[in-house]
Amino acid sequence: MRAVNSDRRMQVYGALLLLPAAILLGTFAYLPTIATLIDSLFLPGIRGEPPAFGGLANYQALIEDATFWKVARNNLVYALGTIPTSIALALGMALFVNARLPGRGFVRMAYFTPTILPMIAAANIWMFFYAPQIGLFNNLLDVLGIDGPNWLGNPRIALFSVIMMTIWKEAGFFMIFYLAALQSLPPDLQEAADLEGTTRWSFFWRVTFPLLMPTTLFVMINALINAVRVVDHLFILTKGGPNNATNLLLYYVYENAFSFFDRPYAATITVVILVVLAIVATVKFTVLDRRIHYQ
Amino acid sequence: MSRSTYASPSISASRIQMPSLETVAAWLLALVWIFPLLYAVWAAIHPSDFVASFDLFAPLTASNFIDAWNEAPFMRYYLNTFLMVTGILIGQFIVCTLAGFAFARFPVPGRDVLFMLVLIQLFVFPEVLIVENYRIASGLGLVDTIAGIGLPYIASAFGIFLLRQTFKTIPRELEDAARIEGCSWMGVLLKVYVPLAKPTYLAYGLVSVSHHWNNFLWPLVVTNSVETRPLTVGLAIFSAPETGVNWATISAATLLSIAPLLIAFLLFQRQFVQSFLRVGIR
Repeated sequence: MRAVNSDRRMQVYGALLLLPAAILLGTFAYLPTIATLIDSLFLPGIRGEPPAFGGLANYQALIEDATFWKVARNNLVYALGTIPTSIALALGMALFVNARLPGRGFVRMAYFTPTILPMIAAANIWMFFYAPQIGLFNNLLDVLGIDGPNWLGNPRIALFSVIMMTIWKEAGFFMIFYLAALQSLPPDLQEAADLEGTTRWSFFWRVTFPLLMPTTLFVMINALINAVRVVDHLFILTKGGPNNATNLLLYYVYENAFSFFDRPYAATITVVILVVLAIVATVKFTVLDRRIHYQ
Repeated sequence: MSRSTYASPSISASRIQMPSLETVAAWLLALVWIFPLLYAVWAAIHPSDFVASFDLFAPLTASNFIDAWNEAPFMRYYLNTFLMVTGILIGQFIVCTLAGFAFARFPVPGRDVLFMLVLIQLFVFPEVLIVENYRIASGLGLVDTIAGIGLPYIASAFGIFLLRQTFKTIPRELEDAARIEGCSWMGVLLKVYVPLAKPTYLAYGLVSVSHHWNNFLWPLVVTNSVETRPLTVGLAIFSAPETGVNWATISAATLLSIAPLLIAFLLFQRQFVQSFLRVGIR
């Protein structure tokens, strides 16, 4: 009897410990998620009228919205443009820094420093590089006699310019995960390979790279999430322009909610983002967590 | 970061040729990577005529910093960021400690399901939900308050997860010993669990502080006055092209807003990198 009682007490105590987190998560995570879904089914009230139920009208509008498709495509290009390159660079940096290298401390610091900067500050600095006439890139190209492009003003290369900046910002962060993984590889693998006379190239592709797979997948998930959630730099660099050439999903949500004041439509786009994140989360929890066993 | 045991002496002879090329590549990449920051420093400490022309003997000046400081209320922004970052950190420590403790040690019914629910927040961030979170914040009267910036981040799934992991590794015998000596559950938590989880708190704290120091989107949405705006939002407004501020001043302002974190990073590099690792690898 007593044991049951104390068990009950433990349960109540535990529940009380969870209470603050539950209230906060409920208010700022679950409630808004559900509200987003509900909101996406309503149409904005015109001239102060309350919003009217519209069924899937917003989704219909979304499918017919050419800008939405452009923004979704941009986001895909942005993800494909940033993720593989920054992962490859991160791995390269980690290999550099893991080897014997004069001034290794400085090199590692140089790679990692962009990670510490806020996206806004990084964008400010890159703004100087990209500016059309007086910007540094075009100044340098000018010296070579090349007429530089309008990096952020030309719709055909603006997204590329945004991608370049993002790669610079992210690669160093991913490097540290590779570096940690490299340092935990058993050294006898290298010794065995040396005895066999394996070339460094094939050692990398046959041994190191496969062993780093868990890290690569982990980094990929993080990079994917960042590609959806970080749009700070757009506020400085392009504001999604020119003509939506650099607009990304979350920035489009922001525009709809706080510039066009169409909250239900913003909620509808948010649902798309939530679906993307849900897919990423499912992949992470079902596929990856079963295959990766570190720690 | 421990020294690599990779290259054993017996094989280094065959590799003496290779590193030079690699070293050059590594250094080139490092210079490219650090260049934007050095450039910002260059632009900030020289008169604005020298923004795009490099002259080793260009006169130095502090006037860009003075201009930036006078043209925008940076003192206030510093204070706001400081209050926000500290408030979030304290809140996260308290809420995540309690929840992590419950998940690690208490037989709460449906614990695993609840924990999965918490983990969802690793993917659904307050930034993604700006539309509805703004509505909720305004319903609670939190718009344009520092509490409004911080509250959505307090119950951090990351923090709960990390502390639960750490608490789980602490041997139960320690807890039992404390219980026998008549410690209450709170006493056990504060005297046994929290002290032993110190490295986790340090790592999580560093990551939390640097994340929120740099955070932008939600603070932008939820603030609308100088009294609450953090540095990032203040900097974005200050450097908007419409304001016509010159580059040298913007550079100075940018450096001003990143200086505290950057200096802390340069001084405690090892701790920063290890914290990011610790918190990142799960």
